[in-house]
This record gives sequence, C-alpha cells and structure tokens, in this order.
Amino acid sequence: MTDIDTRLAGKGGAPSRATNDPLARTPSGIDVPVTITPDMAGTVAIGAPGQFPFTRGIFENGYRGRLWTIRQYSGFGTAESTNARYKFLLDRGQTGLSVALDLPTQCGYDPVDPMARSEVGKVGVSLSNLAEAEILFDGIDLSGISTSFTINGTAAIVYAMYLAVADKQGVPRDKLTGTIQNDILKEYVARGTWIFPVRQSMRLIADSVLYANAETPRFNPISIAGAHVRDAGANAAEEMGYTLANGLAYVDEFKARGGDINAFAKRLSFFFYVHMDLFEEVAKFRAGRRLWAKLLRDRYGVTDEKALRFRFGVVCGGSSLTAAQPQNNIVRVGIETLAAVMGGAQSVFTCAFDEAYQIPTETSAEIALRTQQIVAHESGVARTVDPLGGSYYTEWLTDRMEEEIARIMREVDDYGGVVKAIEDGYLQTRIAERAKERKQATDSGDRPVVGVNVGTREKTETDTGEMFHQDPETVRHVTDKYERVMDGRDAAAVESALARLRAAARTDDENVMPHLVECCHAYATVGEMVAALKAEWGEFQEPIRF
Amino acid sequence: MPLDKKRILIAKPGLDGHDVGAKVIALALRDAGAEVIYTGLRRSPEHIVRIAVDEDVDMVGLSILSGSHKELVADVVSRLESEDAGDIKLFVGGTIPDEDHADLRDAGVSGVFTSEMKIETVIAEIERQLS
Repeated sequence: MTDIDTRLAGKGGAPSRATNDPLARTPSGIDVPVTITPDMAGTVAIGAPGQFPFTRGIFENGYRGRLWTIRQYSGFGTAESTNARYKFLLDRGQTGLSVALDLPTQCGYDPVDPMARSEVGKVGVSLSNLAEAEILFDGIDLSGISTSFTINGTAAIVYAMYLAVADKQGVPRDKLTGTIQNDILKEYVARGTWIFPVRQSMRLIADSVLYANAETPRFNPISIAGAHVRDAGANAAEEMGYTLANGLAYVDEFKARGGDINAFAKRLSFFFYVHMDLFEEVAKFRAGRRLWAKLLRDRYGVTDEKALRFRFGVVCGGSSLTAAQPQNNIVRVGIETLAAVMGGAQSVFTCAFDEAYQIPTETSAEIALRTQQIVAHESGVARTVDPLGGSYYTEWLTDRMEEEIARIMREVDDYGGVVKAIEDGYLQTRIAERAKERKQATDSGDRPVVGVNVGTREKTETDTGEMFHQDPETVRHVTDKYERVMDGRDAAAVESALARLRAAARTDDENVMPHLVECCHAYATVGEMVAALKAEWGEFQEPIRF
Repeated sequence: MPLDKKRILIAKPGLDGHDVGAKVIALALRDAGAEVIYTGLRRSPEHIVRIAVDEDVDMVGLSILSGSHKELVADVVSRLESEDAGDIKLFVGGTIPDEDHADLRDAGVSGVFTSEMKIETVIAEIERQLS
C-alpha cells in the first residue's frame, strides 16, 4: 500500500459511499474520508506566509498590503467600442485592463484576409496595426495601469505594439506593467491559436521574454496558463500538473538561451481556472505554489527567494457556468471568487453570468465586477493571510493534490517531455478523453450540475434576459480604417522593417523583438509580420487525433 | 450499429480553436459505428466542402463557438449546392443563441446542437436523420 492508502485505511476511514458518488471523491479523483483527523493533516511542512515553500502565500501580509487586481477580460468589435467599455469598467472600479483580441489578431490574419472576415471583432477587439492600438488606449494613461493581453501565437507582436503605443504616449518603458500570456505550449493542447511549429514558437517566446526582462522590467512577459486545458476537460490536478510541466519547459528554453534563472523566474506568472469544488481549488493553488518553489530551488538551484514566488491570476467561470438558468452563474462565480482569494490569487477575472452564451452586456459585466468587490470588502476573507491554512481538510487535500500533481508531471516526463507529448498529439488525446468523460458524467448525473441534471425545468423568458448584439457594421468600420492606414503609411519603411525582421528570424540567435517594435512603429500589420516569420519558420502541422 | 457504413465529416470552420465539442461528438459518432473524418482546426468552407465531396460523406458537422455561425454556414451551404452536393446533411454544434436556430434551419441546416444537450440525444437525432 502507498502512503495515501495507509492513511485512508487508518483513522479517517475509507470513503463511505460508492466511488461514483460525487460526495466521496473530488473532481480530480481524490477519495475523501468523511472525517479527516488531526494526525492525517499537515504531514508536509507548510512554512509561514511569504516564506519558502510558500504554501500559505507569497506575501507575508496577504491582501492587507495590497488587494488582488480586479481585471475583467474584455474586448469586442472595434477599438472604439472596446475603449468605451474599458472606460466604463474603470469608472466602475476595475483596477487593471485585460484585453480580449479577436481571432484574426490572435491567429495572425489581417481583417481583410478571406480567412478572417467572418471573425472580425467577434470574440475580441480587432487590433491589426498601431493605429488601432492608439484608439484602443486613447485617454488611458499606460504609466498608471497594468494591462494584460490574452495573446499567444502573436504575443510578441502585440507586446511590440504595446511598446510602440507607450512610446507614442511618451511613457517610459520601465514604467509599463502588465502581462502578455505568451504561452504557446498550451495552445497546441487546447485553445488552438498556434501559428508556428513548436520549436520556432519556443524561440519567439524566449526572444520576447529575454527582451522584456531588459526593456520593461516590471512587465510579465509570460503567463503560463492551465486555464484553457482545464476548460477543455482536464481536472484541477492535471491543470496544475501540465502547467508546471510547461513552466519547466520554458525555464529550460530561457536558460538554454543564456537567461539568468534568478532574474527571469521573478517575472514568470501563471494563470488558472477556478471551478466549483472550493476546497480542491484552494488546495490546488497551495500545492502548486509549494511544488513550484521546491522544483526551482531543488532542481534548478534558484537562490533568490523572490524568484521562487509563484504568482498567478485566475478566471472564475468558463465551463463551470451553464446556459440553463443563467442567473445561477452569479452564485457560482461568487463561490469561485472565494476559492481564488483563499487560494491566494494575485489577480481575478470573474465571468459574467451570461458569458456561457454571449459577450456580456454592461449589466452583467457590472455584476461580475461587483461580485469581486463584495468578496473584497464585505466577506472578510481578505482580513488574514491564508484563512483556511491549518484546517484538517485543507492541509490534507493540499498534500494529496501535491502528490497527484507531481505524479502527472512524472507521467509527462516519462513520455519524453511536454514538447514531444504535444508534437505527437498525446496530450491533446488525453484532454479529449477527459472532456468525453466529463460530458458523460454530466449526462448521467454522476457529476451534478444544477439546472442541467439537478433542479432542471423548462426555459422561461426571464432566463434569457438582455441579449448582447454586435454592431453589424463592425467589419466595414474595421476594414475601412485598415485601408486608410495602408494608404497613409510609408510603404518603403514598412518593407525595409519587414525585411530586417525576416533576416533576424533567419538567424538562430538574433532577437527579433527590436525588429517587431520597429515594424509596429512603421504601421506594419499583424498579418504582414506573421507572414514574414512564417516565410522563415513555416507553420505548425496539427496532429489530427481524437 | 445504427450508424454503420455512414461517413461523417466533423469540421472546424474559421479560426475558432475550441475543439472539445467537435472531438467529443467525433468520438461518440465513432462509438456508434460511423466512419468519422475530423478536419482539425482552422479550415475554410472551401476546404471543408472539398473534403466532404471527395470523401463522399453522408453528413457534415460544423463546430462553431466564435459567434460566426451565420456567415460560415451560409458559405458552406452555398458551396455544397454549387458542388451539387446539397444532399449531404449539414449539422451545426457550438455556442449558438436560441434566436439564431430558426435562421440556421432556414439556411439549410438539419439540426443545431448545443453543449448542454446529452450526447445520446445528439447521436439519436443524427441517426434518425441519416436513416
């Protein structure tokens, strides 16, 4: 018997119910005894808040020093309409920006491209060139706010565009704060906005991270994200396990490119989903934080304590929300926000209750934001650091999650590492299988979801509520602006900037970032920059497996 | 099995990368006996219709979660018609607001499936229409 089996069979007793009973087992498959006794909990040293191994959080004073950042993912249609939504959210008390970009921008197509036309401005804002970025941030002082971009395939380009717009605003680069997601590995597994082959993508990420460390020292040039793999089907332990495995793959890449781990590790950040199992989510964050610190210290010899701090943002909602009886999602997001905060998140995005089926309306977006303010200012959970620390269940489950996360990481290692697992389609198949299991469990009722298989009823008119409607003129506005920018720019300057970008991409070690910034300043488009890089690097060939 | 010898193409048109639903349905159709071809991500309507015709499929299932369903469906329908392949049944799955279902049916779609429908319901409806 393993250590865990022994403990399960001991004082706390084995689970009392059948294994498909959701009360007996967490969504990650950990069997939970009815009673957890003091001798079962806290067998791993947890340390003090702000100290290694950071189980209890990365700051000694928790949220007393600084509240988490309220950062609502937002963007749709034109730069003008999104700029107006940002001003609305800032006016209502949001404390950071989070830019949602449309799929053409994410996949590297200009709005006039035949592949792009039906998608312009649909799931985010269209941002094809610097003129659009100037409109997007018009009237928003970039020295005074942190901006997060959920951008991956074209992250280096969008970051370059942010630098260019800051240059135009006259904001010194060392004042810039924010995050680009820039995590391509999980794009191949879930979410799908890859462009280049895996190894070339890793080079581009290393270029952007090393450049950003020097150029914008307060900016997070990567946010290693488990959220999308989670929403695609992975359980909480797999979400953390695959993410830490990806994190180590990036660390290896940056080291190989000559990066100093004690320096770049300080600016690594992470991003996760929070779903509904409150204690498992809290345990996931505590366990992940602890394991990451141990891995960096013990496997990589990191000595600077600040470089061991596992900083993460979260999103509450996603596939835990239901289109059925959508107002129930407000309650779900409230519980998930509690889990995020008790898990020690640095920034929180709360989905709007209608986000399961549409772009949020102003009304639903405001409720989502208010949910965070209620947790922050009324619930009292921010009063003391790691308020669940020391609870028998929390500590026991944190230990179990750490074991499970470590086991999942070993599995990926045994396969040959994440890059191989992705190139072969192994991880993609695993996630698809998990998605199928989760769907079957929901269909059968083994996974209870209120409104879907518990407390179901026919849809009523009040369920639907206010609908969000896209401006049907969006595509025309965007393409008209695009044509005007193309006509007005210095074509020779664009051409020579793109040629220098291509030449740098052709080398093995010249950083392409300065050239991307130069291209942006010349009003080269995202599509043009991607085409230049594709010409040198080729495209990812997706392994078609299901 | 009810879908024995049926050939089905599951396709991801446009740029949307959400492929969970497409893969879950592809697995379920295969379990029900169908021969399933999956396109992978980011396929143009032109490419999808070409595969559908070349592979002589009985049905095409489009998975769309980006809100671009009306444009993409119209494009696929007109290309199927111009290829004289209008007899191929077309289904759509994804994040499709209720108010758009009737429009999609009018445009020539045989069924619209959303994430909260049971897999067995989806498969049963496909079986019914392909038999």
